[in-house]
Amino acid sequence: MAEDQIKTLVALVPIFPLLGFLINGFFNKKLPEKLVGIIGSGSVFLSFILSVWSFILLIGLPEHARFIHANWFDWIISGSFAAGFSFLYDPLSSVMMLVVTGVGFLIHVYSIGYMHGDAGYSRYFAYLNLFTFAMLMLVMGDNLILLYLGWEGVGLCSYLLIGFWFHKKSASDAGKKAFIVNRIGDFGFALGVFLIFWTFASAGHPTVSLSEISHLAPELLVAGGGIVTAITLLLFLGATGKSAQIPLFVWLPDAMEGPTPVSALIHAATMVTAGVYMVARLSAVFVLAPVTMAVIAIIGVTTALFAATIGLVQNDIKRVLAYSTVSQLGYMFLACGVGAFASGIFHLMTHAFFKALLFLGAGSVMHALAGELDLRKMGGLRKYMPRTFITMFIATLAISGVPLFSGFFSKDEILYNAFTSQYGHPILWALGLIAAILTAFYMFRLLFMTFYGKSRMDPEVEKHAHESPNAMTVPLMILAVLALIGGYIGLPHALGGGAWFEKFLEPVFSGAHAGASEAAHHSYLVEYLLMFASIIAAGIGILMAYMSYIGNPQRPKALAEKFSGIYKVLLNKYYVDEFYNFIIVQPIVTGSLFLWKIFDVKIVDGIANGSAALIGWISAKSRTVHTGLVRNYALMFVLGVVVLLGFVFFR
Amino acid sequence: MPSLEYYIVLSTILFCIGVWGVLRSRNAIVVFMAIELMLNAVNLSLVAFASHMKGILANIIQNIPADKIPDLIQTSTASGQVYAILVMTVAAAEAAVGLAIIISIYRMKDSVNVDDINIMKW
Repeated sequence: MAEDQIKTLVALVPIFPLLGFLINGFFNKKLPEKLVGIIGSGSVFLSFILSVWSFILLIGLPEHARFIHANWFDWIISGSFAAGFSFLYDPLSSVMMLVVTGVGFLIHVYSIGYMHGDAGYSRYFAYLNLFTFAMLMLVMGDNLILLYLGWEGVGLCSYLLIGFWFHKKSASDAGKKAFIVNRIGDFGFALGVFLIFWTFASAGHPTVSLSEISHLAPELLVAGGGIVTAITLLLFLGATGKSAQIPLFVWLPDAMEGPTPVSALIHAATMVTAGVYMVARLSAVFVLAPVTMAVIAIIGVTTALFAATIGLVQNDIKRVLAYSTVSQLGYMFLACGVGAFASGIFHLMTHAFFKALLFLGAGSVMHALAGELDLRKMGGLRKYMPRTFITMFIATLAISGVPLFSGFFSKDEILYNAFTSQYGHPILWALGLIAAILTAFYMFRLLFMTFYGKSRMDPEVEKHAHESPNAMTVPLMILAVLALIGGYIGLPHALGGGAWFEKFLEPVFSGAHAGASEAAHHSYLVEYLLMFASIIAAGIGILMAYMSYIGNPQRPKALAEKFSGIYKVLLNKYYVDEFYNFIIVQPIVTGSLFLWKIFDVKIVDGIANGSAALIGWISAKSRTVHTGLVRNYALMFVLGVVVLLGFVFFR
Repeated sequence: MPSLEYYIVLSTILFCIGVWGVLRSRNAIVVFMAIELMLNAVNLSLVAFASHMKGILANIIQNIPADKIPDLIQTSTASGQVYAILVMTVAAAEAAVGLAIIISIYRMKDSVNVDDINIMKW
């Protein structure tokens, strides 16, 4: 039976990365570099093959049968609470597994070349495999507890890999920052999980199973009620942490301290999309809370716009990409917020392709320029690294929303839904469109500054500028192909496609759409007009970038001087870090110092040492009673007897 | 036979003289003799109680069957006297040990004055 076959295949998927982690982790420095690379990427490749295989089998099943639960063993049982070690394989998780293992595999291969000669080579691959394992747990788990396991697992790996070069203070600081900021989100997420269980248990259905929750939510939760709003807001707080949305996005730009493939895999393609996945997975719950949906949409579009403006002026190639990631994640949340979960996942997938490609391309550039990150010290790289240039060019076109590239279809669909959906609003669409202009601008700015114009490199560095090895360029090319064609699986009806991707995911979100009334039907004309607006937006952005960085290279400087106030604010990222530092970090540090220096040292230690000193003092005084003279003892003895007798007689 | 109170008073007086002697005297030998006096005061009261056991028991225990009382008196009188003998043996042993200690202190310190001996001071 296909179903049993799928169950077995799916269960094998996470095992390989786990084995890879164990082997590379335990035989750390004993294995030769080549073998480490083969084990590291081979294990993910096997997972990818199995994912593809089970995906093919899944497509073969009729639509309603595409929900496969496999409970392998009882994991936690306590009273009415039961969480099995169970997987849910449905269209949504199959897509996520393909992205995680597919893009993950390419990045593993890339890492073989990128990390070549690093002292922590096998440690790196062990972490990367552990991450893949945790991410697979996250997207495959059938209950919130398993999802939480994966959620925390990827958080841990993110921390370990951001601080991979931990001897660099900025790297270890960035790791800590990512971990701590994520704690805030995870705190909300955990509370949300508790609240779900509590609510469902008090309604007589103690469950943490995702499919059961989705199934029972419309029945057990009051639509628009306080509890469901609280649940969804708490869960969304978790998502803002993991997916770097306002207000918890501050960790992602700093996370660029990690190796570049890590930024590509964890901080662009997979982990940061976990929040989007979670919202989509629990869409049936989220749609019951219109307030939360509005909050998600607003936060999403605000983040998209906010991060895009910061990206305009950053000079660090990876930071531009980091803010771009934050911005694109904002788009995904906008999609979820307006109820277009399938579009959100679609953008998640295309984004995984082109953003991973952009990061890997940036890594390739760094590799060629001895680790140079500053855009101002690049330029003219086109002729040195043609492969990197062409692939990055494709990715830039895709992310900017140029027609025929993958990003166009997914982003356009989000904007279309933002405009037409019953949760949508023209203002959301307009803000999203502005963000699209900015996206096209900053991405082409990055491209032009890196690859075009006159070289601004150090002559010494320029001498060594070279194309990267095949292990790095081949993944780039594969990703470029995906970034090019990845959008066609979701080609909308208006363009003669079948919107197959949406259709494939439809059963997953049917619960979410059942409650909602049929969205107002818009003619293709509206769709064409909106599409046209998107194209114009991308065109404006690209044109502006061209005029500023190719046409007249003096213009950006002049503009920066003219609007020096705004420029400074943007360059300093709206002073958000400073603000958080002032509002949150400083008071905590001050409070902790008080607790340490005053409370702990003076009061706690004071009580402990003071009681000892008191006893010592009393003893020193009272021991003088022992004179050593026998007559004194006898006297005391007699007095004692007299007192006792007196007590007995006169009591 | 004088009544029990005389014996008790005598015994108390002897005991108090003993206590006074222990507290007052500086000579270890005298202290020692005072202790012997206290012990013998106790002995006196023990034998006095023993010989007056019959009357005491009759006063205290009324609900004991009449035929059991002679046995009880026998046992009680005997035990008081046995106790006195036991105290004497202990006193003898104590005297032997105590005198030995006093002699060795005298050899060390050339004195049996207890006020000179404070080697166990804090």
